[in-house]
Amino acid sequence: MSAEATARPALSVGAFAARAILVLLMFLTLLPFITMFSAALAPSGTYPPGLQWPADPQWGNFVDAFISAKLDRLLISSVTIVVCVVPVSVLIGTMAGFGLAKLALRGSQFVYLLFVVGLTLPLEVVIIPLYYEIQWLGLLNTKFAIILPLIGLFMPFSIYWMRAHFVNVPAEMSEAAQIDGASAWQQFWLVQVPLARPPILSLAILQFLWTWNSFLLPLVLVEVPLERTMAGALGAFQGQWGTNIPLLCAGSLIILAPSVILFIIFQRQFVAALLQGAVKG
Amino acid sequence: MTDTSSISRRKGPRPPSSHWGRGAFVAWLFIAPALLFYSAFVLVPIGTTLYYSLLRWNGIGVAQFRGFQNYLAVLTEPDLLSTIGNAFQLVLYFSLLPVGIGLGVAQVIRRHLGGPFGTTARAILFIPQVVPLVAAGIAWSWMLASNGVISQLLSLLGLGGWSRGWLGEFDFALPAVGIIGAWVLLGLCTMLLVTGIAKIDPTLYEAAKLDGASGWDEFIYVTVPGLRQEIGVCITVTVIAALASFDIVYIATGGGPGGVTNVPGLEIYRLAFAHRQVGLASALAIVLMILVIACILPIQWIMRERGR
Repeated sequence: MSAEATARPALSVGAFAARAILVLLMFLTLLPFITMFSAALAPSGTYPPGLQWPADPQWGNFVDAFISAKLDRLLISSVTIVVCVVPVSVLIGTMAGFGLAKLALRGSQFVYLLFVVGLTLPLEVVIIPLYYEIQWLGLLNTKFAIILPLIGLFMPFSIYWMRAHFVNVPAEMSEAAQIDGASAWQQFWLVQVPLARPPILSLAILQFLWTWNSFLLPLVLVEVPLERTMAGALGAFQGQWGTNIPLLCAGSLIILAPSVILFIIFQRQFVAALLQGAVKG
Repeated sequence: MTDTSSISRRKGPRPPSSHWGRGAFVAWLFIAPALLFYSAFVLVPIGTTLYYSLLRWNGIGVAQFRGFQNYLAVLTEPDLLSTIGNAFQLVLYFSLLPVGIGLGVAQVIRRHLGGPFGTTARAILFIPQVVPLVAAGIAWSWMLASNGVISQLLSLLGLGGWSRGWLGEFDFALPAVGIIGAWVLLGLCTMLLVTGIAKIDPTLYEAAKLDGASGWDEFIYVTVPGLRQEIGVCITVTVIAALASFDIVYIATGGGPGGVTNVPGLEIYRLAFAHRQVGLASALAIVLMILVIACILPIQWIMRERGR
């Protein structure tokens, strides 16, 4: 084998090894979904083996799971929360990033530092006071219990992200706008925001994912699973159907489907956003 | 960056009646909404957690001031201390496995991630970052069950005697949870490192080859130093994920069996919302925050220092 390998040009051996390793990694990545899929097709209430194409695939399990998870209402609830969180959070994060990078402000370094401190903060550190704060506001068990804290929690990354972009925009841009007599507000909307489209899109994608997948926050603040986002509802679904493996797997796959479909459509943007987001975060 | 702002400040007064004279006020208007949300739902809660951590409070009745008693309890009671120990054990799985495997894969793949195959691989390896951790927990609970695919594979290899419900056994539950976390983070780390290695100057590898360096030498003297930045990012992300873990543990084991997979995040949740020991839970939360900062700062510092 080694003699054969050295006989070939080095590159193709390398390319072959690279592909083999990637195929193995892809298999490991997909295995959990494959085994969930095979279990989801087994008769409801049975204990299927880990991975086996069932003799009589029960496609109806997906329908049953859709109905018992009330996926239609869940989708509406999740989308409502995303639509309330992401635009607001992206807008005020972009504004603050611009303000901290481009506008003359004494102490802006300190304000920036104050935001950046929040980057590594585990949610568990603030979840207890958030509960009592939301209770005090009378918002427990409403969508606002998820929406308002998420906007606040997204600020450190949003500002870090957008400021990093605005700092690198050449000063001539704003000077030209200034000479034309544009106000800071006009400069922001007419010059800076159009130039900042790529980082804004990445930020929106990341915030969508974080909102859609948030779990601890809805778990604590919203008792009714149907008022939560997808991941929070999935936790409740597991509590309800944990012993019925086929139904649990079918339900999990259905609940996963919207974000995976979105990921496949916007694959390139998602990958870019996740890669850059990790590097900068 | 300070240069740019000072330039615009110096140029500012030129059109005398411009809006830029009120610069500071306008700047605050841009920052205010973000600062408001951040203060209300992050800064004030951090302060409140600090305050709660000094109290004995059941969340409803009158609170008693306890000073640092709660912290003493966190640092001495075995049940609480063990959650911190478990979190650090999870760091081994969440960080070392993905970073180690990712580095090896990056070294082999280096420049071979082009074309449609590379694009497909990239997308698939990112799927664990897109699905919620709850889903990863459910899928892996099923895989690690006594009749799940892991046991099935072992039987196939003639190791059927090893089949068990991995998440239910004292000796295997924590490593099993660690494997779930490693699965979640492996794709992200691999892709970060593969992207990073493509940016290393290829002449460095050629020079190493000419000097008669082995593959291992190449790895140690070219790849690892060249990827310092990316390795730092991977470690930062994965260490935070391990120390602050909640979703995966909540779904896969609920902290069991017998608390061997209990982590600070889960214990905070349970103490505060099930056992109504708000003060104790808050003290554990503050300790968790300090631990995360204490682990992240040195990593960031090493990355910056050596980067120069």
